[in-house]
Parts: sequence; structure tokens; C-alpha cells
Amino acid sequence: MREAASAVLILAVTMNFLALGTSNLKACIRAAALQGLFVSAFPLLFTPAPSLRLLGLVIVAGTVKAFVIPGMLYRALREVHIKHEVEPYLGLVPSVLLLAVGTGATTLFASRLPLLPAHRDLLVVPVALSTLFAGFLLLTTRRKAISQVTGYLILENGIFVFAQLLHEAMPALVEVGVLLDLLVGIFVMGIVMNHIQREFGSLDTGLLSELRD
Amino acid sequence: MLLLALIVLPLFAALAAFVTPPGKAAPLIVAGAAVLHLIGSLAVRSGDATLGGWFAVDALGHLILDVVSVLFTLCSLYGVEYLRIRKERANRVFCVCLLTFLSMTTAITLAQHLAVVWVAVEGATLSTAILIYFNQNARSLEAAWKYLMIGSVGIALALLGSLFVAYAALHSASGDESLLFGALLEHAGGLSRPWLRAGFVLLLVGYGTKMGLAPMHTWKPDAYGEAPGMIGALLAGGMTNCAFLALLRVYRVMQAAGEGAFARELFLALGMLSMGVAAVFMAGQRDFKRMLAYSSVEHMGILVLGVGAGGIAVFGALLHVINNSLTKVVLFLSAGNIHRAYGSKTIDGVSGALRRVPLSGFLFLAGFLAITGSPPFGPFISEFTILVGVTTAHLFVTAALFLVFLIVIFIGMGATVLAVVQGPVSPAGGTTDFRDSFWRTAPMLAALAMVVIMGVWIPGAVYDLVLAAAKALEGAS
Repeated sequence: MREAASAVLILAVTMNFLALGTSNLKACIRAAALQGLFVSAFPLLFTPAPSLRLLGLVIVAGTVKAFVIPGMLYRALREVHIKHEVEPYLGLVPSVLLLAVGTGATTLFASRLPLLPAHRDLLVVPVALSTLFAGFLLLTTRRKAISQVTGYLILENGIFVFAQLLHEAMPALVEVGVLLDLLVGIFVMGIVMNHIQREFGSLDTGLLSELRD
Repeated sequence: MLLLALIVLPLFAALAAFVTPPGKAAPLIVAGAAVLHLIGSLAVRSGDATLGGWFAVDALGHLILDVVSVLFTLCSLYGVEYLRIRKERANRVFCVCLLTFLSMTTAITLAQHLAVVWVAVEGATLSTAILIYFNQNARSLEAAWKYLMIGSVGIALALLGSLFVAYAALHSASGDESLLFGALLEHAGGLSRPWLRAGFVLLLVGYGTKMGLAPMHTWKPDAYGEAPGMIGALLAGGMTNCAFLALLRVYRVMQAAGEGAFARELFLALGMLSMGVAAVFMAGQRDFKRMLAYSSVEHMGILVLGVGAGGIAVFGALLHVINNSLTKVVLFLSAGNIHRAYGSKTIDGVSGALRRVPLSGFLFLAGFLAITGSPPFGPFISEFTILVGVTTAHLFVTAALFLVFLIVIFIGMGATVLAVVQGPVSPAGGTTDFRDSFWRTAPMLAALAMVVIMGVWIPGAVYDLVLAAAKALEGAS
């Protein structure tokens, strides 16, 4: 089972490179959705005897991360009739290279943090941190609002992976609260995106540059 | 019961505001709920607890709860008339978000669970994003988007930080996996140091973003510049203090774990940087609402600087929480009035506010003198106490820089403020029919009166509240 858990995590990291390396916005959202599916499945594979509560969490998280939010983003993409090119500030090749360097660096950093015996042979910490970094890169180097929201989704996936080490310590209510916050957060971003589209006739956040000193 | 009511009552009021027909009713519901909330907040006693200790009143939370409640009440009273003159904007969603904000900030002050604090901070962030967008134009849209994006990344880092601290607790040999602050403090010795340190840094960046500490402050001038004045006051005096409280709670755990010195160094560095950045950007600032944003960056820096210096400076910093919040009410609401009267918020279009809107102009000037630490206003006492604490800790370079920054900021801010209030009324001021009225100035006068009282004689109850909170912070070291 633990091999399967590690395999799922490696697949999740691969999605980082796909999301950052593609020039097609749809493919970028698809990579984030697939990653959502992988990270949601991870706790089932890594816990020896999953409880009913864990099963519930996996189903809810999987639905939100892989279907509901990507669905919202797809719809936004369809409605605004924009070109499906990502229009990065930083080129695709440099950003993928940066991600590779970042993934290496987080692996080094993660090895300095002492893990409990039960978690030692898993790749959780480097995967969580490098996914966080990938999300951050998407957020900062892309012009289109939809890519930025996708970046936020990937960033949250990274945190979700790490949170699984704490499943037992976290009350169920808190886990639900965190997922709800993610959903509402992206919903609010969606509303604001909608208004940006109406106001500027585009989702290019490069146009949002009037406020400065 | 009372504690739960403080969190739930605003939510019920939000529901009521949502279902009432559009018009005047919703702002009145906000004000009514605010007054009830204030009465409740003043009635709570330290030690009250509910829901198995998840929500409880401790000395630190008690102080911030009272500050937020007073601030919100003043702003909501102002809001009734403000929303009446802004009839062109539907205010239902605005009122619902205001009340959600009140509920979430109350939850932050009462929450004793590492993760519950985070959920509440996120809730407050989302509701304020919509409040910033009240004007629904291109500029406020840009401000709301930046706030949402920068805030979301900050809050995500804070979540990861909370998880790191939680993982540090798993290492504790006690077998107690509770993430209540009480349990964390009790088992602090057994926490894994590397995880705790990494977690604290992430939390400092995350909640520091919400506080608006430099260099994570970039959303602040945009948000404060474009949001209505009362939202600026609620953010600068409410949201930022709640984020500060969240940081202080983790700082206590750091102290108990023997990592206090590490945390204090970071506080000192960020405090100095924030004051420095504010001093640079305040000079020559033409937009007076953006100027207030940099003033907020400065004062958040002063707060963490005080905690970083330790000793009596901690008392000064907590006193400054009260003084800063009340003064920010005066400044943001009067700036909002002047903005309305002139239809402009830069010194190119605004001059002679003392003649055009005499009371608002006077309050803006008085607020400037207060916030820059002139006697006889409260901030003078708290900033002086912090300075004494910094010198007592033998941080002489810090003390010197602290004074230099205060002087530079006084000059920079003064130039803009005087340009706004003095001189002949600029042509733009004659074209609007906005006048000072009772409800648009009374909340500010009340806040200014409190700032003066805090400057000449701190009431016993307030003193005890601040002292208890300072002891809670310093007692552990």
C-alpha cells in the first residue's frame, strides 16, 4: 500500500510540471483537477485501515478539488470566449526549469525536518512543498486570472498532502471548514473574475495596474 | 452561552439583513447588532469558556474583542447615514458582509484552537474582499483582486504554518494530540523545535500579510485607497489586530518552548522594516487615503517591534492596539467625508477642508496629530512606553531608528495633511452638496474623546485589561 501511496504522490508532482509547462489553459486546469484526484486518493492508500470519517473526507475533497472547482473554471473559460493561451510573464521553459530547481531545493529542505517513524518512508513533505511552490509560480507568473486561480488550487493541493499526516489530530469539523473555505474562496475569486471580465472585456490581470505609487 | 451568542448573533443579523427588502433597514440592523454585540463583549469575563474549550476568553483575546467591538459599533453608526447618501449602490450584500466580518473577527478573538483561528481569519478575509469592492469600479476591482490574491497566498502559508506547529506537537511524548493553545503551552517543552520554528516563520509571513507588515504590505495602499472610509477603519483597526492576536497566540507557544528569542528577533526586524517602508512611501504621498494605508503599515510595525523588545514595551504595544484602532477610526472616517465632499482623494484636487467641511477637516488634523504621537493623545503614551522598553532592552540602534522614522513620518504625513486641510477651498469642493452632519461626525468625536482620555488618564478597567494581557505574554518567558 505504501508503494501505491508514494506512486500517487509522484503522479501529483508530475502534474505540477504539466500545469506549468503547457501553453493551453484547458490543459492547465485539467492537470490541476487530476492532481486534486491524486492527492484526495492519497490518504486512503497511506492509512492501513481507513475509518468511515476518512472515507467521507476523501469523497468530499475529491469532489471539490477534481470536479466542482475545475468545473467552475471550465465554465468561466467557456463563458468569456478568450483565447486558450496562458500568456505567461515568464516563459514556459524558464518556469519549468525554476520548478525543477525549486523541487530539488524543497527536497533538500524537507530532509532537515525530523519526521515521525511512521511517516519516514513517505515523500509527503517534499511533495507538499514543491506543489506549494508550483502553485505559487503559477500565481505570480501568469497574466490571466483563471491561471492564477488554478495556481491557488494547486497551492492548496500541496497543503492538503501535508495535512494528511495530521488527520488523526485534526477534528473533522476543522477539515470540513478548511475545504469549505477553499470552495468559498474560489467562488469569490470567480465572482471578482466575472466583474473583471465585464469591466475590462478581458481576463488579463496585466490591465489591473492603475493603482501604484 | 454568551460567547456563542457573540459569534452567532451577527450571523442571524446577517440573515435578517439579507431577507429585508432593499433600502434603509439593513444598515439599521447592522447598527443594532453592533450595539448588542458591544454590550455582550463588555459583559464577558476572562475565563468564560464554551464548546469544550474551543472558544474561551483569555486576557489577550478579551482585549482585542473589546477593541473590535467598540470599533465596529462606531463604524456601524457612521454607516447608517453613509449608506443613506450612497443610495445608488445596493447595500444588502455590503451589510451581510459587514456582519459576517463581525462574527468572524469575534471568533478569532475567542478561538483557542490553532486551526479554528485559521478558519475564522480566512472567513474574515473573504467577507472583507467583497466590502473593498463596494464602489464597483475598475479601481476598486483591481484593489479587491489584489487583496484576494495576496491575502489568499498569505492565508495559505498561515495554514501550512499551523499544520507545521501541529506536527511539532505530534512529536511531544505526552501522547496528547490536542491543538488547543492551552495544551500546546502545557506540552511546549516536548514540541519538535525545527517544525515549530518553520511553522512560526510561515505563520509570521501568513498572518503578517493580513496585518500588512512590510514586505507583505503591498495590498494595503490599494485596498485602503479604494474601499469606503469605514471599511478602511475596520481593516486597519479590526482585521489587522485580529491577525496580530493570532501571531501573539503562537508567540506564546514559542516562548513556552524556549524559542522566544528567535521569535523576538524576527518581530524586531519586521517591525523596523515596516516603519522604514512606511517612512519612505509616506513622503510625497499625494493620495491621502493611500497615505493612511502606509500609516497602518507603520503602526503594525510598531506593534510587533514592541513585542519584540519585550518587557515594558509589550505593555506599550498592547496599549497601542487600543490607541491605534481608535485613532484610525477618526482618520479613515474623516478622510472618507473629505473624499465625499470633494469627489477626489488626492491633494491635487483637495484643499481647504477646514473651510469646506470644518468638523471633518478638524478631526482629520487632530487624528494626524494623535497618530504621529503628539501629546495629549493616547498614542503618545503608548509609543513612549515602547521607546522606554526598547532602551531598557539596550537596543539603542533600534531606539534611534525608531525616533528617526517617527520624525520622518511626522514630516511626510504632515505635508499631505496640511495641504488637505489648509488654504482656500479648491474648485472641486464647491460642486458637491456634501455637508458635515451629526451622525457622520459623532462616531469620530466619540473616538477622538477616547483617544484624549487614553492620553491623559487611562481608566482603571482599561489599564487592568491591558496589564493582564501583557502579563499573559511576558509571564511565560
